[in-house]
Amino acid sequence: MTFLTRAGAVAALLFVSLFALAEDRPIPPLTGRVVDETATLTAEQKRTLEAKLQAFEQRKGSQVAVLITGTTFPEPIESYSIRVADAWKIGRKGISDGILMVVAKSDRVMRIEVGYGLEGAVPDAMARRLIDEVFIPGFREGNFYEGLDAGVDRMIKVIDGEPLPEVSQSNAGRGDPRSIESYFVLFIVATLALGGLLRRLLGRLPAALVVGAGIGFLAWLIVAPILVALLVGVVALVVTLLGGGMPGGIGGGGLGGGGFGGGGFGGGGGFSGGGGGFGGGGASGRW
Amino acid sequence: MKRIVTLWLLILAITGLGGCGYNTLQSQDESIKAAWGEVLNQYQRRADLVPNLVNTVKGFAAQEKDVLLGVTNARAKVGGIQATPELVNDPAAFSKFVAAQGEMTSALSRLLVVTENYPQLKSDANFRDLQAQLEGTENRITVARQRYIRAVQEYNITVRSFPSNLTAMLFGHKVKPSFTVDNEQTIAKPPAVDFSKPGPAQNK
Repeated sequence: MTFLTRAGAVAALLFVSLFALAEDRPIPPLTGRVVDETATLTAEQKRTLEAKLQAFEQRKGSQVAVLITGTTFPEPIESYSIRVADAWKIGRKGISDGILMVVAKSDRVMRIEVGYGLEGAVPDAMARRLIDEVFIPGFREGNFYEGLDAGVDRMIKVIDGEPLPEVSQSNAGRGDPRSIESYFVLFIVATLALGGLLRRLLGRLPAALVVGAGIGFLAWLIVAPILVALLVGVVALVVTLLGGGMPGGIGGGGLGGGGFGGGGFGGGGGFSGGGGGFGGGGASGRW
Repeated sequence: MKRIVTLWLLILAITGLGGCGYNTLQSQDESIKAAWGEVLNQYQRRADLVPNLVNTVKGFAAQEKDVLLGVTNARAKVGGIQATPELVNDPAAFSKFVAAQGEMTSALSRLLVVTENYPQLKSDANFRDLQAQLEGTENRITVARQRYIRAVQEYNITVRSFPSNLTAMLFGHKVKPSFTVDNEQTIAKPPAVDFSKPGPAQNK
């Protein structure tokens, strides 16, 4: 019996490790504009490149990121880099003006992944030429920093030639604010405030009806789907109807705590993708 | 008390309506349409590249008649199929379309293999640009196909699982066809991959 269990355990382990083998290479976290998994660049070189890319983003709006990795095995670089691009979402939301450069050092191959919005400025042939003529000559000699630096400079020049929307001062791409969650607090506050007031003025049932209708209408105005709005309205109605039992009680307690958790602000110095989309445009090249 | 019970029932009924999956089906159907549109778009982009590519190769390697003719024929065949968004609702037409595009893929990769034997052609700037465009387009096709596969998968799961399958039946939503694994493998490889394999280059 124990043998059987052990055999089962071994089989399960084998199975799991097989799956782990088949699983795709994990995507590195986006820690900055230059992610170097191979420690190819010195801290100084990395800072210089990042500063250049950051200045470019502040001036032009486009996000450009570099990933240096060892190998993309078992995937070809094309499928790896599109997964990274999809995960990092560099480039502004709606404009998709992001560029991702992936260098797989041991595979001796690199790829430029071009966001939808830059496919005009950096057509595949242009990306290919940049790789062949600017990046790779440096890489071939082992001068990765020089190759990247020259390549980034050229890429910036190429994107500069493209008229793109201005950089907006407000932080765009912080996630869609027109979602029901972000208005949830508003609805609760409005329901409680309106409900408390109207209940005293009109009596319980009329107040509940008015609040339900009002909040429902508000929800419909702000959040498009009518079903959701209807639901919000009904909840508001019920809250007002039942709320009388505990005068002011809900209003007092409920709000303070969680509410504004929001959380996901990219942080001052950090770098996060703006929500740009990629469709597989760009080029690869070996050295 | 009775009123409260009625109200809760009402809430349940409304949330229940959202749970029947009708809206999910609609939005997933829409995203399939969008993903399929992108697939068609990229296949079209490839077909548009072909005449230029054939002409350029002809300038340097006119004697490769068979290969060039193969590409031209495949192009004609692809052009002959009405590539409409409705194709996704007709499994037979879908597989015909996929087969024609697969033929195109192999014809193009044969062409690129043959060009390896013409150093002059390979160093031609125009040809290099075309080649980069073709590779980029093949890669876009791969990406678009993967996204389509994912969209169809989500939709098919909804169509098949309870209780949304009842809604799907009621409104006539059927499981949609997708790219199968074996032709996914042949097409997922951009022609550039074949360059390193000396094998097929012999059959001139």
